[in-house]
Amino acid sequence: MKALVCVKRVIDYNVKVRVKSDETGVELNNVKMAMNPFDEIAVEQAIRMKEAGAVSEIVVVSIGPKQAQETIRTGLAMGADRGIHVEHDGELEPLAIAKMLKALVEKEEPGIVFCGKQAIDGDNNQTPQMLSALLGWPQGTFASGVELNDAGALITREVDGGLEDIQINMPAVLSVDLRLNEPRYASLPNIMKAKKKPIDGTTPADLGVDPAPRLTTLKVTEPPARAAGVKVASVAELVAKLRDEAKVI
Amino acid sequence: MGPFTWQDPFLLDQQLSEDEVMIKDTAAAFAAAELAPRVEDMYANEGVEPEIFRLMGETGLLGATLPEQYGGVGASYVAYGLIAREIERVDSGYRSMASVQSSLVMHPIYSFGSEEQKQRYLPKLASGEMIGCFGLTEPEAGSDPGGMKTRAEKTANGYRLTGAKMWISNAPIADVFVVWAKSDAHDGKIKGFILEKGMTGLSAPKIEGKLSLRASVTGEIVLDGVEVDESAVLPGVEGLKGPFSCLNMARYGISWGAMGAAEDCWMRAQDYGMNRKQFGKPLAGTQLYQKKLADMQTEIALGLQASLRVGRLIDQKAFAPEMISLVKRNNCGKALDIARAARDMHGGNGIQIGYHVMRHAANLETVNTYEGTHDVHALILGRAQTGIQAFF
Repeated sequence: MKALVCVKRVIDYNVKVRVKSDETGVELNNVKMAMNPFDEIAVEQAIRMKEAGAVSEIVVVSIGPKQAQETIRTGLAMGADRGIHVEHDGELEPLAIAKMLKALVEKEEPGIVFCGKQAIDGDNNQTPQMLSALLGWPQGTFASGVELNDAGALITREVDGGLEDIQINMPAVLSVDLRLNEPRYASLPNIMKAKKKPIDGTTPADLGVDPAPRLTTLKVTEPPARAAGVKVASVAELVAKLRDEAKVI
Repeated sequence: MGPFTWQDPFLLDQQLSEDEVMIKDTAAAFAAAELAPRVEDMYANEGVEPEIFRLMGETGLLGATLPEQYGGVGASYVAYGLIAREIERVDSGYRSMASVQSSLVMHPIYSFGSEEQKQRYLPKLASGEMIGCFGLTEPEAGSDPGGMKTRAEKTANGYRLTGAKMWISNAPIADVFVVWAKSDAHDGKIKGFILEKGMTGLSAPKIEGKLSLRASVTGEIVLDGVEVDESAVLPGVEGLKGPFSCLNMARYGISWGAMGAAEDCWMRAQDYGMNRKQFGKPLAGTQLYQKKLADMQTEIALGLQASLRVGRLIDQKAFAPEMISLVKRNNCGKALDIARAARDMHGGNGIQIGYHVMRHAANLETVNTYEGTHDVHALILGRAQTGIQAFF
């Protein structure tokens, strides 16, 4: 079974994100970029399934500017087999991404698609669900456990109340959560081997998708600074404030 | 104009190749996952964990500059420096372990060894299955290695080695010993010999009582008439050139490593100053504190650029040893100053192991001394500009 893993280049999670002075977006100039951490977990899952013999080939896909190839290369160094880069400069919205991924799924015919549950830049949490709907495939979202069986796959999902197990048919789109695994770091020999692994290039036009955004960003601003709290002298004062000022009781 | 990244003022990452960035990221992830969790215990208790070599080997961090056929990955010397920096960010002792293995053991075997020696030792040293050490310094020959007393006498089948080596990193746990001795059969010139653990007359007692580099084991090498055959000789070099060519590469790596330790001290001092409030405001809001932070930032940014430049020249085979003396001396001296300042900026807390800065400061006392002391490198640079040697 072939696995397709979708990875996104985002601002490194260690970087403090700054809003551009003209409020049109966040500062990307000279900022360290890295693979979306949830996508690393998706790559790791595919590699573990390949090591266990359940997956035969891992294809890593990224959509974005030229530098998105670095993100693909990271996936290849971790252990994926080849890459596909859909080159596009400028903003992309989840629906356009899902349409492009659908076109790639139809071409590559994987038995399973892995995505991170969301990217840490937009925090949209939409692409995997849209992709599954467009393909008409089952979805297993927020997966913290993935077990293949004769009937398809048993997915453990992290939900508000705890863990939920669902049985889904294959092929399917999975979005993976934080506790599924701990991704490996690429060893030096694998970093060097990754240089020889192929990355195919394509474009939104080749895939027949119009990537133009449907939404217009009006303004991006810093979240308001949190004001300091107050200390109360007694329970009575706390209750009074909750009732009269916060109006929550 | 672009924004200023205070942690990386000259945007070092942008001057690296894609491979170098990935190697740096791997070394950083390795150091955080495998080294940082054990450093306090190993330092406090002088722990000895040969396992660390195997872990480094699995990740490909040992001998990375060597070609693939000998277990390396053909990495650049800049990548080698970046590995040293990330490991030493955790502890100078761990970086010493890796430097000795890569530059002082694998490098001479690769550069001066026979094909048979390369096949026998390099792949296992790269994987960490074998641990190596390098015997040059003697109890009475530190800055003056030409004054060594260790002798190799010619025997019927090979050589008999007699002498003692001092301050040898990794020696008590080493499987492979690259030892330098004056050889009677070579007109008294220095020759390199590869010895193996278990040879009759070879022992490597641990040196006790170190207050620095406590996470890395150090020993003596005692050579009590160790008999070896001709196959133990490094055929490709004689004279001080042999050990010096190894030391060049190790010292270059140390110039990066010391900056890693300094960066850790700087980041910790910055963080401490932001969170520690005295007189109703953060310590980092005072002029004396900010001046120290600015000095640290400046010296580290300049030191890293200098090491990067020397690394590029090594990769182009266009470096001179004096360049390495300059960056080794500067970066170690500055790192020691930074660590001491960071210790001071942490106030009383700074003497505790949990704050890490005093451990770095104690380590850097050694790093500033070994592989050519700060003063000896000054004499190398002095000789280069005057033509007059002032060593003795």
